[in-house]
Amino acid sequence: MKDAVLIASVGKRFGAVQALQEVNLSVGEGELFGFIGADGAGKTTLFRILVTLLLPDEGRAEVLGLDVVRSYRDIRKRIGYMPGKFSLYPDLSVEENLRFFASVFGTTVEKNYELIRDIYSQLEPFKTRRAGKLSGGMKQKLALSCALVHRPEVLFLDEPTTGVDAVSRKEFWQMLGRLREQGMTILVSTPYMDEAVLCDRIAFMQEGRMLALDTPTGITTLFRKPLFAIRARETWRLLCVLRVSPHAASVYAFGIALHYTDNRPSIRADELLAALQADGFTDVSVSVIQPGIEDTFIALMEEKQGAADE
Amino acid sequence: MHSFRGFLLKEFYHIFRDRRTVAILFGMPLIQLLLFGFAIRNEIQEVNLGIYDQSHDAVTREIIDKLASSGYFVMTQELHSIAEIEHAFAEGSIAEAIVFGPGFAARMLREGRVTVQVVTDGSNPNVSKIITGYTASVLQDYRNTALRTAEVGVEAVPLMMFNPELKSVYLFVPGLMALILMLVSALMTSISITREKESGTMEVLLVSSLRPVEIIIGKVVPYFLLSFVNVVTVVALASFVFGVPCRGSVLLLMLESLLFIVTALSLGIFISTITSSQQVAMMISLAGLLLPTILLSGFIFPVASMPLPLRIISNLIPAKWYLIIVRGIMLKGTSFGYIWKETLVLAVMATVLMAASIKKFKTRLQ
Repeated sequence: MKDAVLIASVGKRFGAVQALQEVNLSVGEGELFGFIGADGAGKTTLFRILVTLLLPDEGRAEVLGLDVVRSYRDIRKRIGYMPGKFSLYPDLSVEENLRFFASVFGTTVEKNYELIRDIYSQLEPFKTRRAGKLSGGMKQKLALSCALVHRPEVLFLDEPTTGVDAVSRKEFWQMLGRLREQGMTILVSTPYMDEAVLCDRIAFMQEGRMLALDTPTGITTLFRKPLFAIRARETWRLLCVLRVSPHAASVYAFGIALHYTDNRPSIRADELLAALQADGFTDVSVSVIQPGIEDTFIALMEEKQGAADE
Repeated sequence: MHSFRGFLLKEFYHIFRDRRTVAILFGMPLIQLLLFGFAIRNEIQEVNLGIYDQSHDAVTREIIDKLASSGYFVMTQELHSIAEIEHAFAEGSIAEAIVFGPGFAARMLREGRVTVQVVTDGSNPNVSKIITGYTASVLQDYRNTALRTAEVGVEAVPLMMFNPELKSVYLFVPGLMALILMLVSALMTSISITREKESGTMEVLLVSSLRPVEIIIGKVVPYFLLSFVNVVTVVALASFVFGVPCRGSVLLLMLESLLFIVTALSLGIFISTITSSQQVAMMISLAGLLLPTILLSGFIFPVASMPLPLRIISNLIPAKWYLIIVRGIMLKGTSFGYIWKETLVLAVMATVLMAASIKKFKTRLQ
């Protein structure tokens, strides 16, 4: 498989802030690749370097085998980019926006209608509406249509679903899935863990570094301690009790359950249950679960934080 | 070419869909011209005049009659003491007071010369200067008729070339053209480019196959056309409503205006390349371009009477050169032979600015 994107030791600094440090990775052709990380993790900076809007201070990057510094003009013709900020013209209608972006890439809506039909057909009833008056989910669909209208080989989507309602987010990812089936390489960044599962591979980013890189299931194997899900009616009191326990390694509220790890390596669920019942929790249940992506991300972040503090 | 057309079309959408932009583009020239033409005038009429006459003889009465019949003055008050004069000025009921000393006619006959005191309100120096001038000319006139045979002297007979009636609208129209073009071209382009930077659309435009030159030209062309419409409007209005002539070649005037528009547009683009927010661009355009255009170009205050440092700075202001050109063509009927130097200055300014902004226009975000 050929590499669509290659990043080698890329670093970038803004004044005193090290925005990116030693980032290495490659994305294969046709892959749906996700960058996961909080705000300020360096996702946007990395995207801007890849779409040739920023120059890396260190290392080099290639898109479609072309260097992002030297061959930026050729890269720009072959990629699609959707920045994090809403970047359509609010005073232009849906259709005018689409036609405009088609024209600046030297193509027409008709030529590539097939590719965007799926997405754009949902917007067509509103095509005379000003883009500024669309809902968040519709804006994102329009922005995606605009980024796709010139049939790019690689698509860069910087937090496309931030601030979008749950239903629209789901639809958006279904569309990405269909684009991948057509062979398009997609790089997407998101702060939402539930979206990470939908990627072929994901990279965790924090403070400009890559914490981990693997498939969504592979990445959870980095979580090595046994993980317990603990439920009780008095969730708040349970959280307080576990947080002050000397054996607790981590406690997080996760929906209605708490995800808990213990610093005693061989602790069993029934031992924990007994201890909690002794604390007066009557309807408590403890079970061992498979760690998810979010559990892994939090654990890796903590590990990193701990290493940095020492 | 296809992409460029799409870009142009988008720019026109932006302009015509924003009510404020349309208002500034088309309303402002009209309103400013009418304001300057009708409301703001240097000529002064109906000056309220107070008289403190301590003689009440034939000569003072004759002088007062002459003042009253000149058309500039309205006798509002007879004053009876110096204190009253001060009071009347403080009240604002008079703009000028004339004081005749006691025994006016007798002294004039005996000594051959007498003095009249003219008091004006110095808190408004421009008005004071003008009405003192009017008064002096009326008194001069009286002296000439009264002492027709007495002395041999040199008399100055002024003739104001090109604007014999000293209409201030003649002065304002060229300045107004410079002001409007500066505003429309520089301010609007700098704002429209920085708006794209602010909203993040510039990111997408940069990643598109448009070249920086295409983006710049696409931004400039609509304002270029609309500015030209403004020039034609102002010249036509000035001519039909206020009777300002265009004594020189209209074609030359239009060509020179196009050159000035290009200079102003280059300035606008240059501003947008050094800023990234609409606010800053607007501040720079207003403080850095409009104020100098009004104050230092010779529009209102003559450049020749400025102190040396300001005279030197005024050379950097495109509007100064454009004003010389427009006044030359419209009022004096000057041909290109007399204004080629000013034209050259503008052309050099435009070229340098345009080259600098294309060079500075970033193909990346940083």
